[in-house]
Amino acid sequence: MSNQQQVEKVIVNIDGIDVPVPKGTNIIEAAALVNTEIPHYCYHPKLTVPGNCRMCLIEMGMAMKDRATGQPILESDGTPKIGWIPRPAIACATQAAPGMYIKTKSELVKNCQKGVMEFLLINHPLDCPICDQAGECRLQEFSIEYGRGYSRFVENKIVKPKRTLIGPRVMLDDERCILCSRCIRFCQEVVHDDVLGFIDRGSYSTLTTYPGKQLDNNYSLNTVDICPVGALTSTDFRFKMRVWFLKKTNSICTESSVGVNTEVWSREGIIYRITPRRNDDVNDTWMSDSGRELYKLIESENRLRKARSHGVAISLDEAHIRCAEILPTGKTVYIGSSHMSVEEQFLFKDLIVQHPGEVYWVSHVDEGDNLLISSDRTPNLRGALITGLIKDVPVDNLDNLAKLIENGEVQNIIVYHEDLTRYGISESQLKKLNVIYLGTHVNPTSEVARIAIPTLMVFEKSGTFVNQQFRLQKFVQAVPGPIGIMPDINTLNRIISLLKKENDTFSSIKLIWRQMQSSIPQLRDLSFETIPDGGILLNAEDYGAFDFPEGKTLHFEAKTKSQV
Amino acid sequence: MAATETRMILKYVDQSEYDNSIDCYIRHGGYEVLKKAVQRKPEELAQEVTDSQVRGRGGAGFPAGMKWSFLDRKSGKPIYLICNADESEPGTFKDRQIIYKDPHQLIEGMMISAYATRTKLAFIYIRGEMYDGARILEKAIEEARSKGFVGDNICGSDYGCDIIIYRGAGAYICGEETGLIESLEGKRPYPRIKPPYFPAVLGLYQCPTIVNNVETFCHIKIIAEIGGKEFLKIGTPNNTGTRIWCVSGDVQKPGYYEFPCAAITLGELIYEVCGGLFPGRTLKAVIPGGSSAKVLRADERYKGKLKDGSEFDWSINDIPLDFDSVAACGSMSGSGAVIVMDDTRDMVEVLGNINEFYAHESCGQCTPCREGSLWMKKITTRMSYGDARPEDADLLLDIAKQIEGRTICAFGEACAWPTMSFVSKFKDEFVTKAQNKSTQNSLI
Repeated sequence: MSNQQQVEKVIVNIDGIDVPVPKGTNIIEAAALVNTEIPHYCYHPKLTVPGNCRMCLIEMGMAMKDRATGQPILESDGTPKIGWIPRPAIACATQAAPGMYIKTKSELVKNCQKGVMEFLLINHPLDCPICDQAGECRLQEFSIEYGRGYSRFVENKIVKPKRTLIGPRVMLDDERCILCSRCIRFCQEVVHDDVLGFIDRGSYSTLTTYPGKQLDNNYSLNTVDICPVGALTSTDFRFKMRVWFLKKTNSICTESSVGVNTEVWSREGIIYRITPRRNDDVNDTWMSDSGRELYKLIESENRLRKARSHGVAISLDEAHIRCAEILPTGKTVYIGSSHMSVEEQFLFKDLIVQHPGEVYWVSHVDEGDNLLISSDRTPNLRGALITGLIKDVPVDNLDNLAKLIENGEVQNIIVYHEDLTRYGISESQLKKLNVIYLGTHVNPTSEVARIAIPTLMVFEKSGTFVNQQFRLQKFVQAVPGPIGIMPDINTLNRIISLLKKENDTFSSIKLIWRQMQSSIPQLRDLSFETIPDGGILLNAEDYGAFDFPEGKTLHFEAKTKSQV
Repeated sequence: MAATETRMILKYVDQSEYDNSIDCYIRHGGYEVLKKAVQRKPEELAQEVTDSQVRGRGGAGFPAGMKWSFLDRKSGKPIYLICNADESEPGTFKDRQIIYKDPHQLIEGMMISAYATRTKLAFIYIRGEMYDGARILEKAIEEARSKGFVGDNICGSDYGCDIIIYRGAGAYICGEETGLIESLEGKRPYPRIKPPYFPAVLGLYQCPTIVNNVETFCHIKIIAEIGGKEFLKIGTPNNTGTRIWCVSGDVQKPGYYEFPCAAITLGELIYEVCGGLFPGRTLKAVIPGGSSAKVLRADERYKGKLKDGSEFDWSINDIPLDFDSVAACGSMSGSGAVIVMDDTRDMVEVLGNINEFYAHESCGQCTPCREGSLWMKKITTRMSYGDARPEDADLLLDIAKQIEGRTICAFGEACAWPTMSFVSKFKDEFVTKAQNKSTQNSLI
């Protein structure tokens, strides 16, 4: 933050309003600070500036100065005299400078916008009724706002390839393409997978993939997001739902500890797509293709939908009561998960307090992609540290626990989400124990569990995660969970109440946060409601010496041992 | 008075005993200027070029000395020099005379310029269609290298610079200097946005770069030979040196003719130098500086004020052939391509032809030029085929206005100016087309 404050501020006058902006800010961004929209297609805040769409043309002038004295020249009414440049300039490539004056609504600017809109539409198929981009199409929006309203074009339009599959997840309609080159620049500059380019020239220019290549990297769907028109569409989302019917809910991607900010688009309890939500400190405006697919697990066949005992369905009530009965019967081991929210982890710790036992944890480490998938494939390892559930970075095996089980030193296991058979504990070992499993999906562990209790996926509940930067980020329930599944926090709370032999008390995120405020130092002055959309960095001093598995990602660089 | 040419650049070209070998060039005093130049300080040579007021011969007529002075020398990056031999403006065929017939003059001019600008490496970007030209230049550079005029230790000095030939792939836009640089870097020749990519600061490989035309380099050789002050005496102030006029179209003797700036008028060029029009024809229009220049109508009076304040009132024949006079008449001398049209020419078809070229050559990077050039072509083609509408003339003007001044590079003007000038100056013909519209074979 300190660096940003040092950037020199300059004052630009936009449509008569003096706007202080950091030096070097382009005029599109500067105008946005005073809620002035400068329409644009090719400009994207996270990509280089090609200046090709010409939609952001503005009038620019500089306050005139007397060459000899350096004093500003004034008009007769005392206002500074402005030397207006006769040619319009593109706002995207014009950097704010002291004494700069900008007109965004003058006759010349309106005329330029009208002209560019007309040019963009003459060879466009105008097939909005059958175009999937309708409703979120910049061509539609700007043509209403800045266009002429009718066409003077009576010639034949150019015919280009339609419905070209340029990758497994991306469909291209070249006739709709306005050649802004955003997708090309994204592939080159962000993913470094240079596969897209233009062939032919002039109005016949056509977007395509290089011979023998396809757009199949794990970030390909970002091109669909940034395509300002309906040229690139997602094969997954195409024709599933008109966007204006969809509700957007802020969420966090659980793919890895990066904690990509997302928006979940749903209607009537069904999720149709997930798109990235801009966070300049975490994921910019991007997310992985694999992260967008995660909502499909809601409907997956192996979703745990009912409480079970040894694979046979039982009622939730019965499941909770039997849990509370089993726990006091012997020595219990707790295996939590970095997939739990901070709130769930906090309650899980409360549960352990009721019937103390050792806590085990496993890691989910895989190769990172240096972009938005880190090597820790869980969203909330830091949450477990902050809530005090674990004291160090977890390991990738449960060999110690396996020995204890072999020696008969453990009778009960409560396991959240994890499949223990993947970490060195055999099914036969598990069968010796009273396994209580809480999770969203069926796995070998849940199959042998004495009690298996279904839980909700991230889209079906609210809560918080702490990402690799120790940034506390919240996610909000987008859709209701399947019928008959209780939210995780209520499940945990119910078992705790039963153990305490208290009446079942209602729990909510708000109540849990009140408790967390007082017992977790890092969360002292926070509440769920006041966490900003971009998250908030927590004090991570205590964890500086920890050997976290993450390497470099977009806005994160792991501290090397020497820095620690 | 029959005007006689003053050949400086084309001094030996077309003489029967003159060929493009280095021996022939040296026999005619070649490379002597370079030998002397490397004895001098580079700044002195650059100052000579500034003093000479020589303007670029590529089309824009920008003072070459000033262009050199913009070079960013503080960056510490290498400086590149590029010869723009992509001569593509329709009607222009002067550079190819130099390349094909006197390549060593270009090489000598380039090496003097390279020395004066302290260039690390020089390139000749030659038009793809000039395959033989590229071979001639390659041979010439090899010869010059073997004699120590190109490469390390030029003429025994400690300065070295090589020249690399790069062939274009046949795109007009590669004549635009930033498009050329992109192409030279191996990319699509999309012109760069200025700011920030001024070649003298962020040119080839983001290094300071100078791009000059073939003819300009030859002038620089002459400047180094006779000195900037002496060069000033050729032509008129701000219009120094000779120019090679490429005359094509409806004249009896089309060709290339070299005259000092303002030494002759357009009328003298057409009627005396080029043998006049064909019998029985009358002059209708002249495009004075390549197809992108605005057309001059023959029966118009050209009035106004010159830069020195003197007023003028010229017929088309009175216009002196230099940079400023043609510009004062509302057009430009551009690349020196004079296209003459007599009364047999249908202006709608002429414009249709020009528009077809620009629609074909628009690189497609930025919207107004990409869409507008093809739209104008479609309209003029339709009009030529007898399907004109009364509103087409105004529509054409409007489209051209929507392009001019709103594009990344000067191609916007290049494709808008013909339409703007043809339609506004010959509006009667465009309107008549609509009135005589044939009812059959309607395209719309």
